[in-house]
Amino acid sequence: MAQKDVPPRWDRKMQQRLARGEAAALGELYDRFASLVHGLAHRVLGDERAADGITREVFVHVWEHPDAYDPKQGPLRTWVATLTHRLAVQRLRTTETAALALEGSGTPEELEHKVRRASVAARADYIVQSMPVPLRSALERAYFQRRDYRQTATDLGITEDEARRRLRLGLQLLSTAHDSEAPGAPPGHGGAV
Amino acid sequence: MNGPDRFEAYDGADGDGHEEGDGQQPGRPPRIPTPRASVEDSGLPLPALEESGDAPAPPPVRPVFEHPVLKALLGAWALAACSAEEATAVEEHLGECGACADEARRLREAVGLLQRPDSLDLDPGLCTRVLGACLERRPPRIPVPDWAAAYDAETARLDALLQDFGDAEWHAPVRLRWFRADEATSRRTTVAGVIAHLLSVDGLVAVALGLDDPLGDVTSRRPTPAARTEAYWSASHFPPTRAVRAPWREQSHGIVRTASFTGSGVGGLPVPYGDFELPLRDAMLDRAFECWVHAEDIADAVDYPYDPPSPRHLHRMIDLAARMLPNVLAHRRRNGLAAPAHHRHLVTAGEPGRSLRLEIEGSGGGEWLIPLDSPAAKGSADHEVAHVALDGVEFCRLAAGHVPPQEAAAGQVGDKDAIRDVLFAAASLSRM
Repeated sequence: MAQKDVPPRWDRKMQQRLARGEAAALGELYDRFASLVHGLAHRVLGDERAADGITREVFVHVWEHPDAYDPKQGPLRTWVATLTHRLAVQRLRTTETAALALEGSGTPEELEHKVRRASVAARADYIVQSMPVPLRSALERAYFQRRDYRQTATDLGITEDEARRRLRLGLQLLSTAHDSEAPGAPPGHGGAV
Repeated sequence: MNGPDRFEAYDGADGDGHEEGDGQQPGRPPRIPTPRASVEDSGLPLPALEESGDAPAPPPVRPVFEHPVLKALLGAWALAACSAEEATAVEEHLGECGACADEARRLREAVGLLQRPDSLDLDPGLCTRVLGACLERRPPRIPVPDWAAAYDAETARLDALLQDFGDAEWHAPVRLRWFRADEATSRRTTVAGVIAHLLSVDGLVAVALGLDDPLGDVTSRRPTPAARTEAYWSASHFPPTRAVRAPWREQSHGIVRTASFTGSGVGGLPVPYGDFELPLRDAMLDRAFECWVHAEDIADAVDYPYDPPSPRHLHRMIDLAARMLPNVLAHRRRNGLAAPAHHRHLVTAGEPGRSLRLEIEGSGGGEWLIPLDSPAAKGSADHEVAHVALDGVEFCRLAAGHVPPQEAAAGQVGDKDAIRDVLFAAASLSRM
């Protein structure tokens, strides 16, 4: 929601303020990223309480280790999302493994499949939220509002060519949610999100 | 993966080489999701061309549907957002073109990943718990002063409410209500107008802290909250829009931040409100209170639920109102609005005086002894002449001018005049 358009300067300043131990900065960080963090954790874990727990873990981690973020590697938002994704998937794997050991229901393969599906779904959410607004609004029109591409073009005031292009590009971006490692992604950024 | 410079890579890609052609993935059945509405499942050629016979000179469709055209259609096709003719042409093409078939499968799978976002309404209590856990693990070097915490929390809550508002919500009508000269008064505006009002009045605190005045070059007739708001509203030919959210939020962040840096010692800094002034620590409580009251106005206007502040913050807001009451009573008495105190005990400053016990029930409540005859007197249980009991949120509605004093649901014992004076004084704390 327009939050990805903030300049990297904001990211650097935020990091400095957190490093300085400014509680007001922590509040601003929460304002900006809490719903992203909670939403991703909820998509992976499917449970409100568990998502609350991951949200706490993520913010505690960022507040305790602001220097772990390197602005040169990408936006703070991506870093926070990556961290959330990693912690949530870890939590899912732990609880599912415990359930498997305890109840013996399911197989290790099913567990892996479940973890992978949850992980891809969360990555897809993040991609949709982070994609350029023109692509996202075209997808929303075509998918959620069931407009065909000609109607989408009219709605958005663009040519039919452009509408087709946006739909295809949006889906291409979204399909990268299946790639567990984006080629050329900086270390620590591509892996989890 | 979302930088604009990365998109060209996708534009040129013909679906080559990212995956095996048959869609088989380890541990996963082969799956080509079907579209929601499609003609693909009949393998038969569709009579589309014949049916369009009555259209004047139909364009020669076949030559138009060449590889690049069909490739460009793949996204729309995957979303079932193209015409039946186009879908058929695409599907025929997929049987002949491996690259397009690969991409088509990927895009179809991608459609399956589109989900409505979960509700964004976060439990407001979560914020307190998360930030509390953080600050416990690593105590802040620059804390938010205690007296600024309610403002910090209330502005964040309102901001979260505004997050998903569309234009319809931003322009929803809101009636601001308050008491003036013991009469209920109101003023019509919109949700965006309310935020502009908060921006203008918070500006009094911003200016006291040395930040920029949000009114900029706009001059206000008087430096009062209402005059500043009217000046801000009328400075533009157009009613305020959602664009007002960013400066309001930026200013509230700036206020909390600056208050934190200047530290708790600055809590006594006077903030002029035109007709009166409040020390910064009280002004920030007052702004927190107004923020909540107006957030409720907004939530009512768009039919959203909105909770009262946390008990700790509510308590501080009630305490501020209770502390302001003696001065308001004195002011009203001077203006003939409160009963002349014929039983009045003349007391010297700091001595116990005739008092009303204000008992606020519910979380955030407590008891306050309000000296009735002079702001300089000390509230005293020995000189208690009346007792009023009401719920914390009800008391705040009264102080916000949303409930007429005659109708406030209050348990009352004792001196009727004293009770009436205090309830009317509480209502007169309200302003636009």
